[in-house]
Amino acid sequence: MEWFPNGIWAYAGGGVLIGLSVSIIYAGTGIIAGASTFLDSTLSYISGLSRFQDYAASRDWRIVFTFGIVVGAMVYALLFQEGTWTTAISWPRLLVGGILVGIGTRLGKGCTSGHGVCGVASLSKTSILNVIIFVIVAMGMAQLMQAIGAMP
Amino acid sequence: MSTLLIFAGGLVFGFGLALSRMTQPEVVLSFLQWDDFGLGLVMGAASLVAGLTFHLVRRFKQQAPLGGKSYELREKTFDKNVIIGGVIFGLGWGVSGICPGAAYASLGIGNWPILIAITGMFLGTYLLGWWQFKREQQAPNNKLNQ
Repeated sequence: MEWFPNGIWAYAGGGVLIGLSVSIIYAGTGIIAGASTFLDSTLSYISGLSRFQDYAASRDWRIVFTFGIVVGAMVYALLFQEGTWTTAISWPRLLVGGILVGIGTRLGKGCTSGHGVCGVASLSKTSILNVIIFVIVAMGMAQLMQAIGAMP
Repeated sequence: MSTLLIFAGGLVFGFGLALSRMTQPEVVLSFLQWDDFGLGLVMGAASLVAGLTFHLVRRFKQQAPLGGKSYELREKTFDKNVIIGGVIFGLGWGVSGICPGAAYASLGIGNWPILIAITGMFLGTYLLGWWQFKREQQAPNNKLNQ
């Protein structure tokens, strides 16, 4: 079995860039930037529910951060990608997956960037435990999807 | 000034996600299905670089130059929601191969169907907020009934 059939450099390089991004924001502002709080903070513009209003103070910079993420990927695509790329994953999987991700990341206080990168980098026990759980569950789920023939 | 820095940080974050193809749910699924362990390298390299910065910055300085926030690491509090949330997130991640940051970046490479997933994420987040609100409303009544 080959562990990295597509090589390691794009992965390692991308990972270093993600780490650098977290680094420059932390060094400059003291903020630890995760991606999923954007969901709560942005809902505070349209809903008065206390859960969302608790994040209202950070909602402006989180929109800027998310907009930066979209533009950064766009810059990559303009430089190195031919045309647009679209997924072949069916819309029910995207929708159901999205809903579960929304509930899970906000209930569990973080996602692949908040817990997976920033939390692990802080050696936070809560984050490391959360990451171990979601990786194991996701592997089981993804392999179940494969076993029942949901392709891709 | 700090807004500009956060935008620049977002740019680098999104570029890194696209370079490592985490913007493609299929590549994330190939990690979860043990066909290509690249995602582990992405997370490992990112954590290593960020961890080194967290350590060094805190060793030499106390306050951030922009905004004057003191350098802290937040240890998120542990409770059963961290476990339940992790399980639910894992189910969603395994079904679709998408997570929040990578989904935003995926828009940037022209993957318009990802809007369905992002809509789902907002729906899920809203459901959770609404459910917590209902529970808080009912809590005092429960106490009276006891």
